Formats: sequence, structure tokens, C-alpha cells
Amino acid sequence: MRRSLMVALLAACLALGACAHKPPAPGANANTAVPTTGAGAESAGAGGAGANAGGTEGQAAAGAEDAAGPQEGLLAKRIIYFDFDNSEIKGEGTDIVAAHAKYLAAHSNAHIRLEGHADERGSREYNIGLGERRAQSVRRALLLQGASDGQITTVSYGAERPAVAGHDEAAWAKNRRVEIVYLK
Amino acid sequence: MRLSKRSFPAALMMCAVLLALGAPQRVRAQLELQVTSGVTDPIPIAIIPFAAAPAVSGDVAQIVQSDLEGSGRFKAMPRAQMRVYPARAADVQLADWRASGNDYVVVGRVSVLAPGQLAVDFDLLNALNGQPLASQRFTGTAAALRNAAHRVSDVIYEKILGIRGAFATRIAYVSVSGEPPMQHFELIVADVDGANPSVVLESRSPVMSPAWSPDGEWLAYVSFEGKRSSVYVQQVRTGERRLVSARAGINGAPAWSPDGRRLALTLGGSAGNPDIYILDLATQDLTRITNDPAIDTEAAWAADGRSIYFTSDRAGGPQIYQVGLAPGDRPRRITFSGSYNARPRLSPDGTQLAMVTLDNGSYRIAVQDLSNGTVRVLSRGQLDESPSFAPNGAMLLYAAMGAAHGQSVLQRVSVDGLTSERLTSQQAGVREPAWAPFPRQ
Repeated sequence: MRRSLMVALLAACLALGACAHKPPAPGANANTAVPTTGAGAESAGAGGAGANAGGTEGQAAAGAEDAAGPQEGLLAKRIIYFDFDNSEIKGEGTDIVAAHAKYLAAHSNAHIRLEGHADERGSREYNIGLGERRAQSVRRALLLQGASDGQITTVSYGAERPAVAGHDEAAWAKNRRVEIVYLK
Repeated sequence: MRLSKRSFPAALMMCAVLLALGAPQRVRAQLELQVTSGVTDPIPIAIIPFAAAPAVSGDVAQIVQSDLEGSGRFKAMPRAQMRVYPARAADVQLADWRASGNDYVVVGRVSVLAPGQLAVDFDLLNALNGQPLASQRFTGTAAALRNAAHRVSDVIYEKILGIRGAFATRIAYVSVSGEPPMQHFELIVADVDGANPSVVLESRSPVMSPAWSPDGEWLAYVSFEGKRSSVYVQQVRTGERRLVSARAGINGAPAWSPDGRRLALTLGGSAGNPDIYILDLATQDLTRITNDPAIDTEAAWAADGRSIYFTSDRAGGPQIYQVGLAPGDRPRRITFSGSYNARPRLSPDGTQLAMVTLDNGSYRIAVQDLSNGTVRVLSRGQLDESPSFAPNGAMLLYAAMGAAHGQSVLQRVSVDGLTSERLTSQQAGVREPAWAPFPRQ
């Protein structure tokens, strides 16, 4: 057997192993196909990659976005926190918003996504609404201070994407937030 | 370099090892069910091991026993106490079983009709007067033996309690593993006792709000793939997936109309004002139902398809409203007790409204009688959420914070408040349950 064929065979085995997505054991409810969401930067690569690989890729994607955008002074701060059941920007949040508004006003090619969140209490879809309310609150404040509409998109994750685990006020306070993500 | 004949098998071995290492071993443990509270005097019943042909694998009587005991209303005679295993009604010495304290006796047989095709025959006897209450046969494939056993449980439950059993139904739920901020999400369909879990969707982005179509074939859900919310519908049997709405802003809270032709949706738009809309799935026509600066979301259809219940905070905090679908109909408020009432779900007969309510500082599941407005709080946790009615209207399935690790668990509670069970996963937090409708026979 030629060496090149052997190498090709081994490479094929490796590739097959990495790409294989073991379907669930056959049974009354067996599916023939298990969609794995593949769109977006988060899941670049093999559709069936195991949890570890997925985690790494996800982190890399998030890291790439974190690294984008300005980093000087207040601009390095990307999270605005909120009181319970409230979407009012206060305290340090006011300064953070002001800094990013000024930056956006001066850099018309900069684009951001505002990601709104709520703490875990209560109903999930209602919490999507609360997260959106917070994102819109930050958006309005940015527009008022010089950013333009086309520079900002919003998404609400409600309680679906907490920053910290935990079922107490310390955790909830860290989850009631809007995150500013600079795009590209 | 040429490889000799001897190194070829070694190469094959190395191949096999590489394949095994590379392929992700996704062993999915099923949910475990345990009864957390039952009625104070459960009905004593003897479920005698079924006679089975040697080729049959599976213990029907054990599944029936788990079903009936898992309802919290029955106490099964331990197998170890049985001295004989009659398989036919005629062979049952009722006096003996009565003397052992049983009110009912179940006997049965599993036989092979054809390769891969089984018949499950059973008899349900009243031990007190000898009256045969049921004598029935279910046929199916060997792979579907569990389902046949659940249908036996359904018949027994209904004959004795007068309520249609829901043991042969399925549930969908979201499974979450890993720690924030990086988590892994799966949408899973399983039997109502937790067996046969099957992954419908997996994602590194959140998945939420699963909703069964009325024919039990499709699941609608919200996915955050691509860093935005979108509503999909997916055919569970085939995996076929269709994008329903990816409009700017919020796309959420899908709810099927009773005729399965329309989806109520929450759309927020780029201005971020969530309102209820109805999308006709065939024509793609979109009709706006609410138009209010408040958060309006979580639509649930009335059984006649002519009105929708939903959550709105137009009065300051979330309460539940009902709005008719005829032009000009205005929402009227339904909930008046407490400062937080959200996430409405209608019972199948349309008389009861389940919700998440704030009860003395805890988020709990409550049921409101729509005919007279009385509210009963059914659950006892601090962070209970996502109630879903069983298709027989007798139970609610919801999510609760788990005790040990704080990972969420599923909880069932009977609408009369007398029984409750917990469904836990060893590996992950489970939440957002949706109880499927009765299968169309």
C-alpha cells in the first residue's frame, strides 16, 4: 500500500471523526436529521462539533468582537447596568453612554449592536421585552448625543444569556444590563 | 516506502481509534421522574407481570406501574409479594388479590404477530366485585412497545378515575448545559415520562418558547442563531425547518391557532415596541392585533380561535388581557390579583387560565377559573415559570429551580393540587416545557 494512500486514509478517518454527528439511538422518536444552527460567526466550522469545540469557537467569535472598537478610557467599558424593573440609565452608565455617543458621532463608519438583558425572574418572553426596553433606552440616549440611526442595531436576549450564574441579587444585578458590541 | 502486509491491519486499527476519538459521544441521559407528592390514600392496584414470548424485550407491566404510580394516585403491589403471575382474567383468583389489599388487578400478554409486530393484550379487573372493566389489545412494532404500554396505562387510568390518561403523550423542552456566558442549548422531544429523548435542534445560541402545532407534527420556537431573534417552525418527524419570521427587532412567542393555520407572534420592530401580530402561514398575511407602547407579548389562543389572551404591562406591571380578533375589539383585563401576572396558557376545555404570578415575593404557577375569577396558586417554588397544560387538562408541566445545583428542573402538578412529580436531567438544566397534544390516532 502506498504511503500517500495511507496518509490519505488516515486523514479521511480524522476528518470523518471530527465531522461525525452521532444521531440519537434509533427509537420511536428517532429523527433522520438533527439541525444544528450553522448561521453566523458563532458556529463557523463543523456542524456537529462537540461541546468543547463549540465553546472555544464561540469564545473566539465573541473575543473577536470584543477586540473591535475603541478602547481608550471610558470607551473600553461596554456594559451599562440597570435597576430592577427599570430601564433608566444612571450613574456610571450615563458617562459610558456619553463617551460612546461622542465616538459614534465622530466616526460615521462605526457600527454597534446594543444587546439588552434582564434578570431571570418572571416570565421569559416578557423579559425579552424588558431587555429590549433597556436596549432602546441606550439607543435613544446615543441618538440624542450625536450618534445616527444607521449606526445602531438592537437585540434583546431577555434572561436567555446571563453574564453570571446565580439566583440572588448579586447575580441579578450583573445580568440586568445592556452590552455595547462594536461590529466588524 | 512500501508498506508490508503486516502494517496494513495496524493502520486500520489506528483508523478505528481515530474515528472513535473524533466522533463526539453524545450520550443523552433521559429525564428521571420522581413523585414529589401524592394523594393521601392512593388506589391499591396489582399490575401482574405480563406473559411474553421469549423474543419480546421490554416489561410492559413495569412501564404501566411506573405510569400509574408516577401519577401520584395509585399504589402498586410490589412484585416481590406476588406468588403467582396469571396472564388471563380467567386465571385470576380474585379473593387472593383482594386479600392482599388490591382494589384492581391487571393481567396481560405480549405476543408476536409477525416479525417485528407485537400484540399487547390486557384485562383490568375490579378486585372487589370481579367486574371486568377493560379487555383490550394494542398492536404495534417491537420498537413501539413502550408506547403500547402507555396506552394500556391510559385505559386503566380512565376506567378507574374517569379522566382520559395522558401517558402516551410527548413533551418538548429546552436543555441548557455549561456555565454562563458560554452555554449549549438543545430543543428536545421526549415521552412524557422522560424516555426516548430526541434532539430536535442544537445550538450555541439560546433557543426558547417551543410550541406544538395542534396536530402534534410541528414545533415552533425562537432561535437566537445569527445574533438576533427569529421564529422557526420545524417538522419533528423529518427535521424539516422553515423560517417564519426574522423581521427587524424582536421575533418571539409563537402560538399556533387551534386550526393550525396561523401563528400569533410578538414583533418588536426596529423601534423596539413588542406587539401581538397574527401571521397566516399559507398567505403570509400579517395582521396587527395590539398597538400600544407597552410590552404586549405571550399570546395564547382561546379554544374557539376567536380571541387571544396575552401579557401586557400597559397598566404599569404585567397582567393578562384578552382581545377578540374581530376588527374594533379592544383588550379587556383578565387578572386582578397581585402585581405580576404573565404568560397565559388556556386549558384544553378553555375554562382555566394558567399563568406565572408573583405570590408573596415568589414567582409561582397559578390557575384562574375564567368563569368566576378565582385564583389558586398551585406551585411552591421561588422561580417557577413556563406552565403548560396536559392535553387532558388535568395537569400542568412547568419549570422550576432545582435544589442541588440550582440547575432548572421540570415539575408536574395536578390541577386539583393533590399530586406533583419532578423530572430532572443529570447533565443539564431543563426548562420551557411544552406538552404535546394527544396524538392523532
